[in-house]
Amino acid sequence: MSAARWRKAMSTGAVAFAPETSARALPALAPAAPRAAALRAIKPRHLLVLAALLIFPFVATPFFAFQIGAQSLALGLIALSLTFLGGYGGMVSLAQMTVAGIAGYAVAILGSSASTEISLGWPWWLVVPFALTIATACALGIGWLSVRTEGIYTIMITLAIGVAFHYLVLQNYSLFNGFQGFQKVYPPIVAGVNWRDPLPFYFLALACALTGYFFIKYLLRAPFGIALQGIRDNARRMNALGFNVIAHRVVAYGVAGLLAAVGGVLLVWYNGLITPGSVGTSWLINVLVIAVLGGMKHPIGPFIGAVVFVLLQNFAIDLIDRERFNLVIGGVFLAIVLFSPDGLLGLWARLRARLRLGPAVAATARPPGRN
Amino acid sequence: MSRFWRWLWTIAIGVPIASFAVWAIADNARLFFVTLLNGLTLGALYFIVAAGFTLVFGLMRNVNLAHGSLYLLGGYIGYVVAERTGWWLLALAAGFAAAALVGLLIQVLILRHMQGQDLRQTMVTIGLAIVIADILLWIFSALAHQMEAPAWLQGPLRGIPLINAYSAYRLSLLAFGVAIGVALWWFLNRTRVGMMIRAGVDDRAMLAAAGVNVNLVFALTFAIGAGLAGVGGVIGAVELSMVPGEDTRLLLASLVVVIVGGMGSVVGAALGAAILGLAETYGLAYAPTYSVVFTFVILVLVLAFRPRGIMGRAA
Repeated sequence: MSAARWRKAMSTGAVAFAPETSARALPALAPAAPRAAALRAIKPRHLLVLAALLIFPFVATPFFAFQIGAQSLALGLIALSLTFLGGYGGMVSLAQMTVAGIAGYAVAILGSSASTEISLGWPWWLVVPFALTIATACALGIGWLSVRTEGIYTIMITLAIGVAFHYLVLQNYSLFNGFQGFQKVYPPIVAGVNWRDPLPFYFLALACALTGYFFIKYLLRAPFGIALQGIRDNARRMNALGFNVIAHRVVAYGVAGLLAAVGGVLLVWYNGLITPGSVGTSWLINVLVIAVLGGMKHPIGPFIGAVVFVLLQNFAIDLIDRERFNLVIGGVFLAIVLFSPDGLLGLWARLRARLRLGPAVAATARPPGRN
Repeated sequence: MSRFWRWLWTIAIGVPIASFAVWAIADNARLFFVTLLNGLTLGALYFIVAAGFTLVFGLMRNVNLAHGSLYLLGGYIGYVVAERTGWWLLALAAGFAAAALVGLLIQVLILRHMQGQDLRQTMVTIGLAIVIADILLWIFSALAHQMEAPAWLQGPLRGIPLINAYSAYRLSLLAFGVAIGVALWWFLNRTRVGMMIRAGVDDRAMLAAAGVNVNLVFALTFAIGAGLAGVGGVIGAVELSMVPGEDTRLLLASLVVVIVGGMGSVVGAALGAAILGLAETYGLAYAPTYSVVFTFVILVLVLAFRPRGIMGRAA
């Protein structure tokens, strides 16, 4: 939320509370209002998207449901954690894939894998909470370190942490099994369903992604989210207002870490393996690419970015003859950063504004997202 | 910092290092001193690459994450030139020129149009790093390219006390590092352009107000910074060989060096490079599977107690 909208919200709030009568009438209205507002916020296009997401795996081939659908959802969840941190907290962290990787490694080490001499073989209902806890704790630690710095320094420090973790798992054989990593890390069979099959796995990923999405949507309206956005816009002012800036930022890292950890567990199950390559520099940066590609101004951005990314990844080979995926994705990323800093969402908003207003008015209209 | 704290820190850091040194010398003196030389020479290479990084950052507040790619570019160009002409010094010049030219283009064509948008500039350099790395992979394939040391630096240097023999080329890295450090110091402290750059580091707006063409100074600094990465690439091509992936390694090294040393400070870069080089080689020699952890611990300690780095000042 920008400073201008903040002021507006504050002043309208003050007006509503000024007369005695309306202040007394308000508590009676309060319980019904949020639900009604929530129902009114649901537009046909939301239901359409939800229906499409539910029908998609039945219509599409298993390849599309698993390779494209489930992978996009898992990657989108990790990128969502970056969007939350970067777009709403003002802290662009490149270590989100590292947090996801820590969760993935925890699943492989605590659960079962092909490397039986290292893996402890715990049951899944013990492994998953532990993996999420470990990864979130690490994310809090990363946050505690990085919040000492600001803006541009944050990118450098989180990148350094991420690459350092990559080299650690690459060189360490006693715990992380070095270059080979862990193979055959599969989702469990629960309630008679093999969650590795395309359809169940897609719905598992969808459930996690939807939960994450609505959790972030909720959090952004909750006092914590509002305070976080205030800190992003002006940390000194929030500090003067009595908010603990450092604590809010560290907790934001923790929340983002939890999301990334869920995405990381999904991703390790999706791949069936985890290697140092999964937390290498290219993947650290790919998460940023996905988040920026979609747009950091709305929680849906990272999922759009992930779909585009995964589609490019799978079909770039058809686009140009050889394995030049990095060139394509790097070029697309560069074009987005250069020409549409708000990503595909920004592009869409600009297009819609132009269509609605007509070309004559569009020239004089303010570009979206700048106020 | 009060005198008490300074003493406390000296003891807290110095005593473990000193006791380790005593133990290691008593245990195997040759290994200790060879590792010391290895660490310092690696630190010299890191310094050459990171000096350019810190120079660019100090002046423009611009984190050039394509710095590692420029290192790789310089190395490959140097390799090709040395292959064709057989002159190593020419390769050095070519590596510098190629990286400087690409750096100049990046600054003039792209970054200049986003002045003040730190985050966007950084993202652009990330995109460039991906693209440059992939183009280099395309041209030079994933095979390792190893450059030969020039004839006058080939073979070991014999007759050194305690160590007996040590690679002449590696030892020359130390000389290169010192020479480039001194040249940079001279350039920054004794020339008119250097004065402008230092003034720009302290206050950009005031420099512009004083009638200096800041854009020209920016372009020049960026070219020199990128060129230093290229020089590092040619020097490193002999010692470390050129493979895709080296770019991120050197980028990480540059990041850690400037974070530890303090951003925008050449002296800090030298200090950070020496610390990182020593930590990495001693880690590899004495605790192979955890060598990265030492780097990380240093990073954490510096960040926790001196968030702006050892030589860093408030921006």
